[in-house]
Amino acid sequence: MKNKKTYKSILTVVFSIISLIYVFPIVLVIINSFKKKTSINLRPFALPDEKSFVGFENYIKGIEKVEFFKYFGYSLFITIASVLVILLLCSMCGWYVTRVKNIFTNSLKSAAIFSMVVPFQLIMFTLAKTADTLHLNNPVGIVIVYLGFGAGMAIFMFSNFAKSMPIEIEEAANIDGCNPLQMYFKVILPIMKPTFVSVGILEIMWIWNDYLLPYLVLDIKKYKTIPIVIQYLKGGFGSVDMGAIMACIVLAIVPVIIIYIIGQKYIIEGVAAGAVKG
Amino acid sequence: MKTKKIVAVTAMAALATGVLGSYNLVSADEKGSVYYLNYKPEVDAQWQELAASYTEQTGVEVTVVTAASGTYEQTLTSEIAKSEAPTLFQVENESWLDNWGQYCADLSGSFIAEHSTADTLSMEGVEVVAVPFATESYGIIYNVDLLEEYCEMDDAVISSPSDINNFEVLKAVADDIQARKDELGVEGAFSSAGLDGSSNWRFTTHLANMPIYWELTEKGVTSATSLDGTYVENYKNLIDLYFTDSTCDSALLSGKTGDDSLAEFCDEMAVFYQNGTWAWTEDGDIAALNIAFLPLYTGVEGEENIGVCTGTGNYWCVNKNSSEEDIQATLDFLEWVVSSDEGKDTLANKMAFNVPFDTFEDYELANPLFTSANEYEAAGKTAVSWIGTQSLPTENWKSALGSALIEYSQGTADWSVVKKVFTEDFATEWENR
Amino acid sequence: MEKALKKYFPVFVLPTAAAFIIGFIVPFVMALYLSFCSFTTVNDAKFVGIHNYIEVFKDKVFLHSVGFSAIFTVVTVILINVLAFTVAMCLTQKIKGTNLFRTVFFMPNLIGGIVLGYVWQLLFNGILAYFNRTLTYSSAYGFWGLVILLSWQQIGYMMILYIAGLQNISGDMLEAAQVDGATGAQRLFHIIIPSVRPTIVICTFMSLTNGFKLFDQNLALTAGEPSHGTEMVALNIYNTFYGSTAAYRGVGQAKAVIFAIALAIVGMIQMRLTAGKED
Repeated sequence: MKNKKTYKSILTVVFSIISLIYVFPIVLVIINSFKKKTSINLRPFALPDEKSFVGFENYIKGIEKVEFFKYFGYSLFITIASVLVILLLCSMCGWYVTRVKNIFTNSLKSAAIFSMVVPFQLIMFTLAKTADTLHLNNPVGIVIVYLGFGAGMAIFMFSNFAKSMPIEIEEAANIDGCNPLQMYFKVILPIMKPTFVSVGILEIMWIWNDYLLPYLVLDIKKYKTIPIVIQYLKGGFGSVDMGAIMACIVLAIVPVIIIYIIGQKYIIEGVAAGAVKG
Repeated sequence: MKTKKIVAVTAMAALATGVLGSYNLVSADEKGSVYYLNYKPEVDAQWQELAASYTEQTGVEVTVVTAASGTYEQTLTSEIAKSEAPTLFQVENESWLDNWGQYCADLSGSFIAEHSTADTLSMEGVEVVAVPFATESYGIIYNVDLLEEYCEMDDAVISSPSDINNFEVLKAVADDIQARKDELGVEGAFSSAGLDGSSNWRFTTHLANMPIYWELTEKGVTSATSLDGTYVENYKNLIDLYFTDSTCDSALLSGKTGDDSLAEFCDEMAVFYQNGTWAWTEDGDIAALNIAFLPLYTGVEGEENIGVCTGTGNYWCVNKNSSEEDIQATLDFLEWVVSSDEGKDTLANKMAFNVPFDTFEDYELANPLFTSANEYEAAGKTAVSWIGTQSLPTENWKSALGSALIEYSQGTADWSVVKKVFTEDFATEWENR
Repeated sequence: MEKALKKYFPVFVLPTAAAFIIGFIVPFVMALYLSFCSFTTVNDAKFVGIHNYIEVFKDKVFLHSVGFSAIFTVVTVILINVLAFTVAMCLTQKIKGTNLFRTVFFMPNLIGGIVLGYVWQLLFNGILAYFNRTLTYSSAYGFWGLVILLSWQQIGYMMILYIAGLQNISGDMLEAAQVDGATGAQRLFHIIIPSVRPTIVICTFMSLTNGFKLFDQNLALTAGEPSHGTEMVALNIYNTFYGSTAAYRGVGQAKAVIFAIALAIVGMIQMRLTAGKED
């Protein structure tokens, strides 16, 4: 017993050290976001000193230069709406294609997996064209594009999980007189909770950070997202305003970290609690 | 459960903003509207302001979108295929017309074509495809105060900046400054020649003009699809000088950007900095310095008689697939830009362009670098044309040169790789076009 | 049950299927057609037959990038999954600070690829400057730089998936094994790994496609330097689109088609291998 305790303490120490190394790049961004842009590339590891410290200037500049908060709203809306839609519709679809087997569902499943290996570069021109033709070039329309392009991974993960769900529960619910919709919301959805969490995280990260798809699909005369805006800070002819970029990165990851920390309890618990006892 | 509520409320609010935001009322279409895809990020703010003012005065909607640095071609490719395509876009030189000529309306007879004082572009069957709106110059920018300070030092190689009139003198001065950099209070003679892909165009496009320019001039032609590489050694002369008399070790150059270089120059860490007239509007700090140009001396016989490199890489094109109303609105907008006081003031003073339209004759050049460039011409020296740059085959070729320079700078390859890019690769890239 | 569910097709499948057709199938079919065309934009495509595909195989840089991507993917798939699994094992043993560690490992996922590339470039070049080198010094530097970057970014997410998988294993089974005197290694290979097999399938498949499709990080960290030495397939395709005249866009399109098909085959083999006999 004592042995186990020492072993666990050693693990804690080891992981503390690894964690410090692990967060270093992020700390580096935060440190440099307070430095004058010229000293960032010159002395990346130095703490801001009297000469290089600029306070919140980079933040103010970054925010003003690119109307950060306006586009922050678009980013937030697109991410939340797309992820909610993807989770709900793809989990329904994933369950359906696992339980109902015919040519259509089988080919949908195969196509979904295939779409995961297709590089975005292949369909970028034609996707932009399709979205433009169907007038999906606004923050609401792009949700449909994300559902379509993101469906592959989500269907893959949900159907994979549905395969491992004991069918007995569903049969029992069926005897109780549930129709499929009721069954989905009362039985399936709670069981699938861990997959919701893992798919949700992946989709949030993808959409929040995605640059090329919104840049090509959205009407850029009106709408931009945070990654597009950050790209704009790489100003004229290769001049890179590293200070403002660092500041915008910090601003862009803060909300995600907050969401993660608030949700962490639910994420970890969700992953554990929903687990099927095998 | 409080968090749940907060999340729900945030989501609802985000939804509401998004939905409301995405259904803006579409303005009346009869008037036509203008959508300008701008290639020069450094003057984006000025264009936005000008467009807003025009809309306010005339009610015609003008939208300016600027492609982020390095993404112009990509942006144009996707935007021009859309239903609301740009009505106005830019090309850099004639070779761009291979791709984009098919989208250009004939501008002959339009106000901007009639009043242009520079050469417009034409192609088969179309008299005027593109009209230049800004001439630019590039060379070696130097800090006048620092160089004069150097001249007053004991045993200085020269007594005034104007003594530098060929490569030999330039090298002597740069070497001496480098050797006595602490005495002068600088980190090096030249600011770092950053080879990062985002800004290696200073050497792969601009400096590369020189060896090709000399070869074509010698042959008496204005374009080429293959090179002998006679003057590549001269290109090496100046590159070597940039690498050795620099603020940093040449092995570190691949990680340096143009921004670093500009920043060093602005902080007076270096005396020389290769760039062009646009640098003056790039950063507030450089405008505070007393600066002037030196031509790109590379050690060619007779180079005492050249000025700085002057030409244009900025042409306006109007999208011929736009509706008639939109094309008319675009031409009207451009006419206003080059003829109204507000438009002229913006282009000449705020953007500090040298604008090649006869309507600008009474405008003085705001940018001291133009003044410096003109002084060389006034002294009877020949401005170096951009025939070299215009002969460059493809973007691939430029990145091949960039890679070769990186390998040379860090000592993983010798100069022959650079030479090969100018001779073999140059010809192959032209063949494959 | 299946019958009842079938009637609900319009509710359960139709919306996703419709969006999937708009967002993937239609663009994909159009893209296939484009790979047989010469075009500047989608609107001006002209059919040229298999010319583009012939050009692809003449392109040595492309073939090199395929090789580079393949080696890179093998290394990262193994590294990411082994490390993520190990970390997950450690962080399911109720040690102090577990939640904090999980958060820390997960954090890199929160930053986008291009931005990560810049940050790591700053970091690597900052360190290498002490040795008077930069990341472009040789392809090996760029290769390991990319490996470190991608592992750092993805281990956290894969770890979460493995933790979910590990928590699915019933404690009874492990206890029973312990009572029976199974060693740690036996428990690992006979109980734990078979139990998380579905997770292994998903994680390896995802790290496989991520490795092959890597683009943002590649562009921002090395941009293919030195001399295309660290150029991966996606970046090569991108450069083909914009690096020459429009005539080459069709070639880029053809490269992407070949790449997608090859990756689909590799992915299928990988799934067969990791899924074991059960499937």
